[in-house]
Amino acid sequence: MTDNGTHADRKWWTPFNVIVGIILATGAVLTVMRFTQGIGAVTNLDNNNAWGLWIGFDLLCGVALAAGGYVTSAACYIFGLKRYHSAVRPAILTAFLGYALVVLALHYDVGRPWRLPYPIFVSQGTSSLLFEVGLCVFLYLTVLFIEFTPAAFEWLGLKKIRALVVKLTLILTIFGVVLSTLHQSSLGALFMIAPSKLHPLWYSGYLPVYFFISSMFAGMSMVIFESTLAHRYLSRHMDDTHHREAPGVALGFAKAAAFVMAGYLGIKLIGIAIDDHWRLLATGWGMWYLVEVIGFVAFPALLFAMGVREKNLKFVRWAAAWTVLGIVLNRLNISVIAFNYHLPSHERYVPSLMEIGTSVFIVTLGIVIYRFITTRMPILHEHPDYSAHSPEQKRI
Amino acid sequence: MGISRRKFIGCLGALALGPAMGIPGTARGAANKEFAGWPGSQSVLHDITKCIGCRKCESACHRVNQLPDPETSFEDLKVLDQKRRTDADVFTVVNRVDNTSPVFVKTQCNHCLEPACASACFVKALKKTPEGAVVYHEKLCVGCRYCMVACPFNIPAYEYHKALAPRVTKCTMCHPRILEGKRPGCVADCPTGALISGTRDELLAHAWDRIRTYPERYVSHVYGEHEMGGTSWLYLSGLPFGQVGMREDLGTKSAPELTAGPLSAVPIVVGLWPVLLTGVYAISKRKEKIAEQEKQAAVAEAVDQSKKEAQARMETLRKKWDQEKQSAINFEVKKALEEAAAKDPEPGQSKEDE
Ligand code: SF4
Ligand code: SF4
Repeated sequence: MTDNGTHADRKWWTPFNVIVGIILATGAVLTVMRFTQGIGAVTNLDNNNAWGLWIGFDLLCGVALAAGGYVTSAACYIFGLKRYHSAVRPAILTAFLGYALVVLALHYDVGRPWRLPYPIFVSQGTSSLLFEVGLCVFLYLTVLFIEFTPAAFEWLGLKKIRALVVKLTLILTIFGVVLSTLHQSSLGALFMIAPSKLHPLWYSGYLPVYFFISSMFAGMSMVIFESTLAHRYLSRHMDDTHHREAPGVALGFAKAAAFVMAGYLGIKLIGIAIDDHWRLLATGWGMWYLVEVIGFVAFPALLFAMGVREKNLKFVRWAAAWTVLGIVLNRLNISVIAFNYHLPSHERYVPSLMEIGTSVFIVTLGIVIYRFITTRMPILHEHPDYSAHSPEQKRI
Repeated sequence: MGISRRKFIGCLGALALGPAMGIPGTARGAANKEFAGWPGSQSVLHDITKCIGCRKCESACHRVNQLPDPETSFEDLKVLDQKRRTDADVFTVVNRVDNTSPVFVKTQCNHCLEPACASACFVKALKKTPEGAVVYHEKLCVGCRYCMVACPFNIPAYEYHKALAPRVTKCTMCHPRILEGKRPGCVADCPTGALISGTRDELLAHAWDRIRTYPERYVSHVYGEHEMGGTSWLYLSGLPFGQVGMREDLGTKSAPELTAGPLSAVPIVVGLWPVLLTGVYAISKRKEKIAEQEKQAAVAEAVDQSKKEAQARMETLRKKWDQEKQSAINFEVKKALEEAAAKDPEPGQSKEDE
C-alpha cells in the first residue's frame, strides 16, 4: 500500500478514483434534481414522515460521529493526557469536515436553504430545541475551523498567525466542550416534543443525556476506526510519533469507551425502570430494542474491555467499528425506525434510492476532502518546523 | 477574535435567557403553570354527533383560502370511503369513521393554546395569536419541517414538489375573517350546526351543558379541553374518542412543558461547564507540575545517590589499589632481598643483616 499511493497521485484510473467519480457524478445529478424539482422529487418523505434519512443519518449520525473532535481535544488539552496529542489533529479535521458536511446535507433537506442563517440573524425561535442545535452547530463549526487552521497555516508557512491561534487552544477546547454538550444533547431533546410518535422504549426524559453520553463513545470509537483506516491507506503520511502513539491512543480510548458504555447501559436501564417499560421488552419492538442495546452497546463494550485487558488491537478495532454501527442504528431508530411506529405499514417511511445516493455522495465527498487535506497538510505527522516540544506547543 | 468572542458570549446569553423570558404570544418556553388561553380568544366546537359528512366545510375552506380545485368535486361523497389527511392544498378533511352507524369527523389544525408547532419552530414562523388562530409566516419559514414532526395531530403539510419556495400549510382558522369579526368559512357554511364558533370559555360551557343535558348522547369528555395543554378547537362525540380516530394518549402536558427540562439545562451547562473544565485543567496541570517536580527530585536524588556510590566505589578501589600497590612493593622488596641474599653467599653477613 505504501508506495501504491505515490502512483495513485499520478494515475487517474485507479479503482478508488473510478468509484468516487461515479458517486460524485450521480451526486451532481441528484443535486440538480433536488434543486430544480423539489425535495419530493428525490425523497420518499411525506406529510406524516417529515424527516427521513437526511436528518436521521446525515444530521444525527454525522454530528454524533464527529464527536471525536471535542473528546480528543478535551482529553489532550483539558485532562492533560499528552500521549493523545498525535490523535488531536486528525480528530479535529474529521470533526470539522463532519460538521461542514452536516451543514451541506441540511441544504438538501430544508426547503429554503438560503434561509439557514435566519434562526440566528433574523428571527430567533428560542423556545425551539432546533434553535439551540442550530446556534451551537454554527458556533462549533466556527470553533472547529479555528482549531483546524494551525495545520493549514503550517502548510502555508504563516508562522505568526499560527502561533496566535495556537495560544487560543485551551479556550477553544473549553468552548468546544460546552457547545458539544449542548447540541449533542439537544439533538436527542428534539424528539422530546413528540411523545405520541416515538416508541416508548426510545422516548425518555433522559433522551438528551443518552445522546450526550453516547456521543462520547461514538467520538472515541470514530477516532479508533478512522485511525485504523488511515493506517491502512495513508500510512506513508504518518510520522514516527504518530505510529508510536497510535496503539496507545486506541487502547486508551478503548478503555474509556468501555467505561462510558457501561455507564450508558446503566442509565438506559434506569430509564426503563423509571418509566416501567419492562413488559414492552417482551414485544417485537422490545426485541429490536435489545438488539440495539445488547448487540450494539453491551457486546462492543465487552469487546473493548477484553481488547484492553489483553492489549489486543484487533479486538479494539472491531469493537470500534461495531460501536460506530451501533450509533448509526440508535440514531436511525429514534428518528426513523421507531418514529411513527404507530402508523400502519403503508404509511411508514422507507428511504428512496435517491436519498441513499445523496447520503453516499456526501460521505464520499468527505472522504475525498479528508484525503486531499491529509496528503498535503501536517495532520498525520508533525510539520518539521513545529515539533511538539516547541515553546508554543509546550504551553498547552 | 475579540468581536467573534463577544458575539459568542452574546449568543450564549440569548440562548440562556430566551427560554426564561417566556414572552406570551410566542410559544412560551419553560412554562411552569398551565396557560388557560388568551381571554376572549375565538374557538370552534365540532359536535361529531351532528356531522352528516356533506363536505360543505371542505368546499368553504377551499373557496375562502383560494386553494386549487380538487380532482373530485366536493359533491362527490365517494372520497369518504378512503381515509384522508390534510395536505398541501387541503386544509381540512371530513372522514367517515367506519362503524355500524356512519360517524363523520372533521380534521384540521386544532389551534393549540400552546402549540407544539410554534414551540418547535426555530424562526417563530408559527405563532399563536391572541384572537385564537395559530398562523404561519411564510416570509420566515426555512422549511425544516420540525413543526410537522412536533404536531401531535399530524396537521401541517408541506409543498414537497416546489423547488424554490415550498411552504408549510395548514388551517388558519380563517384568521383574516376573524379579524374582520366574521366566522371561519367552514363554520359559516355548516348546514347542521355541527360547527359553531365563539369564545373558548363560552364554547366549553356550552359543550358541558350539552353533555349534562343529553348524557346518553355524548361521552363525558370535551376533547381539546386539556389535550396537549388545551386546544382552541373542541370536540363532542357520542363514541369514545379513540374509536373515532382521535388519539386519547396525548396527555395534558403542553408542548413547551415537554421541552422545558432540556431548555432549562442550557444556562446550567453554559455556566457550569467552563468552570468545571478549567478546574480539571488546573488539576491536570498541577498534577503534571508536581509529577515534574517529583521527577526532578527523584532524578537529583538518583544522581546524588549514584555519585555517592561512585565515590564509595572509588574509595574502595583506591584502597584496593593501595593495598595491591603495597603488597606489590612488599613483594618486590622481598624479592629483591631474596635475590640479594642469594647473590651473597656469606651466611654470617646475612645473619647480621637480619
Ligand atoms: S394542531 Fe398541530 S399545527 Fe395546529 S396548532 Fe396544534 S400543533 Fe400546531
Ligand atoms: S418548517 Fe417552517 S414553520 Fe415549520 S418549524 Fe421549520 S421553519 Fe418553522
